[in-house]
Amino acid sequence: MADISIENLNKSYGKTQVIRDFSLNIKSQSFTTLVGPSGCGKSTLLRMIAGLEIITSGNISIDGSLVNDLSPKERNIAMVFQSYALYPHMTVFDNMAFGLKLEKRPKEEIQDRVQEAARILQIEQYLQRKPKQLSGGQRQRVAIGRAITRKPKVFLFDEPLSNLDAALRVQMRIELAKLHEHLDTTMVYVTHDQTEAMTLSSEIVVLDQGEISQQGEPLDLYNKPNNTFVAGFIGSPKMNLIPAKFLSNSSNQVEINTLGSNFTLPKKLKDKNIDAELIFGIRPEDMHLGSDNDYHWQSKVFVTEKLGSSTFIYLEGEKEPIVIEVTGDATIKVGDLVKIKLDLEKTHLFNSQNLSILE
Amino acid sequence: MTIFSLALTVLIGILVFVLFFHISNILLDYFGKRSSKIFKLENSFRVVIFIAPAFIILFVFIIYPVFETIRLSFYDKIGREFLGWSNYAWAIKDPDFRRSILNNFGWLLIVPTLSTFFGLVIANLADRIWWGTIAKSIVFMPMAISFVGAGVIWKFIYDYRGPGQEQIGLLNAIVVAFGFEPQAWLTIPIWNNLFLMAIMIWIQTGLALVIFSAALRSIPSETLDAARIDGASELKIFWSIIIPYLQQTILVIWTIITILVLKVFDIIYAMTNGQWQTEVLANLMYDWMFRGGGDSGRGSVLAFCIMIGVIPILGWNLYQHRKDQKI
Repeated sequence: MADISIENLNKSYGKTQVIRDFSLNIKSQSFTTLVGPSGCGKSTLLRMIAGLEIITSGNISIDGSLVNDLSPKERNIAMVFQSYALYPHMTVFDNMAFGLKLEKRPKEEIQDRVQEAARILQIEQYLQRKPKQLSGGQRQRVAIGRAITRKPKVFLFDEPLSNLDAALRVQMRIELAKLHEHLDTTMVYVTHDQTEAMTLSSEIVVLDQGEISQQGEPLDLYNKPNNTFVAGFIGSPKMNLIPAKFLSNSSNQVEINTLGSNFTLPKKLKDKNIDAELIFGIRPEDMHLGSDNDYHWQSKVFVTEKLGSSTFIYLEGEKEPIVIEVTGDATIKVGDLVKIKLDLEKTHLFNSQNLSILE
Repeated sequence: MTIFSLALTVLIGILVFVLFFHISNILLDYFGKRSSKIFKLENSFRVVIFIAPAFIILFVFIIYPVFETIRLSFYDKIGREFLGWSNYAWAIKDPDFRRSILNNFGWLLIVPTLSTFFGLVIANLADRIWWGTIAKSIVFMPMAISFVGAGVIWKFIYDYRGPGQEQIGLLNAIVVAFGFEPQAWLTIPIWNNLFLMAIMIWIQTGLALVIFSAALRSIPSETLDAARIDGASELKIFWSIIIPYLQQTILVIWTIITILVLKVFDIIYAMTNGQWQTEVLANLMYDWMFRGGGDSGRGSVLAFCIMIGVIPILGWNLYQHRKDQKI
């Protein structure tokens, strides 16, 4: 039961400003993910919430009380690191009990809490082992267990799954989701992987160069990206962003020219002053194979990626390749000329100057 | 001219060895193809050829002297007449020998422990201050000074002039400035041993410091962060995380300094020459071996004692090393 509020936070290393005037409210019991490319400041932000990084200016409050000058241990938080950060000379039990021993808890209580955490994470049989005798997945469970035993108000995760292989990552993702359900505490999660962000979060905050690019529920971000950065970051493969020309705008229709022909999009644009140059966005799954007499555009295939359940086809576009998603049994080969039909209901228009969405 | 001839000698030496390896290798290849019988032996023969030069050098300069020392320890002054155990019997009864053993023990307990401790603490603290690199360089500098050179420097620190005279020794200058009587530091038994040990600690802390600084970098910062979040104070992190992490390094440094201390000679030779009860085994050995006509029998007994002292430390270190590799 703890919300986190961040007000006008700034962080600079010398002359480089990593976080710019950053404000964010993280709701109690939410699973909030900070996502962005490397160097966007997400880890720095998390470390500032943890108290491991000194803040240059601004305020951070946890559960209503200002924590700016509190040490990590006084903030009642726990953190799970990418490298697991276990104490190599201690057994799994001692790793998980370290924080509790420092709090001078009675022995029985330590025993109970560690057992309980080990049970939740299914690592009871490893309690007497040393970290180097465990696999990567088991080590990460111990690291999570170490966080659980302390019963913190807030859990902080710094790319906890990045060191695991693909299969384990999916498994741990599900377990983290279960853990959040079970513990019902505030969790702040940092990742560069949009899939983790989409699947785990109740709220996603997309960061770009130390600023919030957009925040919201996963599907809102997916369906209504505010700008080309979010449009390109959320979703895999990313949304196709194609240069377009603005033709006309009526009460419920917008006419544009892109991919060599004119399109009439069923859209209402309030803005009357629209630049001649636009960016047209459409997701791979909203482009379909058309028939001979019902198609919008045709182009040559130069790469196909067969995933089984679906196939991604990369077509030659004007500047960048254009990706479309088709069914897994499609028999399309490299070099084929394919006819494409666009789902005009599901398109996005962005300003080509400031790259934000046109509304 | 001397440098030139030295360089020439080294060059010729290297050439001879290169030729030796090359020619023996060619010969082995040639005969190896000719005869199938030799072919079977070829591999073990090749190993012998390559190890032989190193082994011969090791034998002449290390293994043979060990046995020669043991042999001499049973003979008289000039190594002619067999005396049995009488040199050993002499040593056990000799008060100088007993005091040397005690002093050596004192050195062994205090110097490696304090050098390692100071090295570790300074390495840890130096990383937290902006002038840490300068501090580390200064602490490391004595490593570049020879023991005799260090002795000369410290002679100035412990120097003593009679009361009333101007004190040029640093320590006595301070003592006098505070209104106390000047002391002849190096002549006060038991304490003078500690003053001599201080020199060794001063030198060896630099070694420990450099190795620990490197080792500290190998501790992942996330592990230390995790401990901070777990609520550990910096002191607790030092004792519970950093020291166990550096256990191996501590052991190695402790062993290096211990073995060095067991052989300590130059400092005592330069400072007190073993007077005022500062005698250690190496100095006693030197005295018996080369002074007053020399007694190779008793000198060898003492040399043998030093070797016996090193063996358990080396053995333990090797054992620890093997144990680590197994895991």
